Amino acid sequence: MTAKQDVNPQQATSPPDDERKARAGSPLERVIELAIKASGFSAILFVFAIFFFVFSTASEFIFEKLDFVEFLTSPEWYPTSLSNKRYGTLALLAGTVSVTGLAMLIAVPLGLGSALFISEFTSGSMKEGLKIVIELLAAIPSVVWGFIGLAVMNPLIIEVFDAPIGLNVLNGGIILGLMSVPIIVSIGEDALKAVPDSYREASLALGATRWQTARQVLFPAARSGLLAAVLLGVGRAIGETMAVLMATGHAVQIPGSPLDSVRTLTATIAAELGETAAGSDHYQALFAVGVLLFLLTFGVNLAADLIVRGRSSR
Amino acid sequence: MNASSFATSARTATNRRVESVGKTVLAGVTALLILPLTAILGLLVIRGAPALSLEFLLEAPAAGMTAGGVFPAIVGTLWLVGVSLAVSAPVGIMAGIYLNEYARANWITRMVNLAIVNLAGVPSIVHALFGVGVFVLFLGLGTSILSASLTLAIMTLPVIIASTKEALAAVPMAFREACWTLGATRWQTIRHVVLPNSISGILTGVILQVSRAAGETAPIMFTGAAFYLPFLPQSVQDQCMALSMHLFTVSTQVPNVPEAIPYATALVLLSVVLLVNLLAIAFRTYLRRNRKW
Repeated sequence: MTAKQDVNPQQATSPPDDERKARAGSPLERVIELAIKASGFSAILFVFAIFFFVFSTASEFIFEKLDFVEFLTSPEWYPTSLSNKRYGTLALLAGTVSVTGLAMLIAVPLGLGSALFISEFTSGSMKEGLKIVIELLAAIPSVVWGFIGLAVMNPLIIEVFDAPIGLNVLNGGIILGLMSVPIIVSIGEDALKAVPDSYREASLALGATRWQTARQVLFPAARSGLLAAVLLGVGRAIGETMAVLMATGHAVQIPGSPLDSVRTLTATIAAELGETAAGSDHYQALFAVGVLLFLLTFGVNLAADLIVRGRSSR
Repeated sequence: MNASSFATSARTATNRRVESVGKTVLAGVTALLILPLTAILGLLVIRGAPALSLEFLLEAPAAGMTAGGVFPAIVGTLWLVGVSLAVSAPVGIMAGIYLNEYARANWITRMVNLAIVNLAGVPSIVHALFGVGVFVLFLGLGTSILSASLTLAIMTLPVIIASTKEALAAVPMAFREACWTLGATRWQTIRHVVLPNSISGILTGVILQVSRAAGETAPIMFTGAAFYLPFLPQSVQDQCMALSMHLFTVSTQVPNVPEAIPYATALVLLSVVLLVNLLAIAFRTYLRRNRKW
């Protein structure tokens, strides 16, 4: 088979329509095709139902009871206060941003470094073995990570930093960093793999070392793919729930140092959803937090997707 | 570089040193990633060992969850994974077939593909909100295995669609064209040519979602997983315990749990998840080795 035929189409094109009619299959076949189409459409329906439902549950709250400015800029989140209910998400946002930021400080160098190592400096069974390790690392459930944060990192941080409590930004950031590394490695490695071999050959033929080739040819060439990898890591970190719920403490506050406890957007929903009455302001407020979270992750993922698409169409 | 000589110049020597230092740093960084995996596994084994036994796997929690085992949680996880996959695997695979083999390349299809890619990244807690709002309350299914499984199914669906599409797209177009040329219908082509050549890839994608569904906690917390139940679930309308939820419960909600119990619970959960993943990896390796093209 020639190389050209090996390039697979994204989409199977159909045989011409008149031809298709002429070969109409048995009734059974038509039933199966109908089921496939129905599944296709129902899956799409589910997908849009999520958008629609979460938004619509939150919309009554968002449009009628909410001061938009307060929701986004007030650090006061007192949903259960009897006299002075406040629904400000700034402190929760700060929690998410601080933990995610610290996680990326750890995950980006680790992730891109090992993507480069796996892609350019290993081969054969070592490469396969490392990829399996990364895959298994990605498979560790978030509640197990949270448990590690709680049972292992917590006493360790108290010991090392002499902090009053080890459930804080630092703990959550380290845990989330390790959790985001695998996605950065695997997408980053794909991006480096997509750089044509002729780039490497040309650079090596000019006398560059493999290191110079990696730094000055491959990194710039794979730039957009690597950026997408980092963005997907950010998306994963923002959306992570159980690990941050268990590892960051439960203080709704804007953190002043990595040793302060915080609460993220995700952890707030997880901690409070069970206690709210359906339809109450608090319940709707949690859906509004869900919308915020949805928009954040959707934006980050969309950006990553567009960057990758932009590269492939160039 | 000094053109007069091919001997190692000072500059090449520097380059080589930089290269070897760089390579060592990268290798160290990569080794840092192997460390947490082995450290976590090792720690869970060592600290969980006092509680681990056959009875731990086969007995119910006792004495306010400070003793006994995790049997009902294992059963519950099996229910949740089974029911959710029974929904998401057929629907997801058929949707993948539709999108790759039937849908025309127009803007609607592009929109749908974009939505699926991005929905795979929606946080699991947002799925939990959806599950509580739609399945538990709106459809009146209550907190039950059915609600929790459907929530998990919605969560795994986009990933199954995406992996199915990828497996189908890997079948060369020439296979389909050859079949059409022989007069086969579209479905005959899919059934006898495309699916046999992609089924292992599709199944690998599904197996990976088994491990993901088994490990998730947030989507089932409010939709059907219970802290503690004195009986095993009899139908999909019952609540159930789950391994992931049980780990959360014994490590955060229950006072005075002996240290070994949460470690052993985490070890059981992690072993299940990693074994399922290794199965998927083995399956994929086998598939690559036996690929005909």
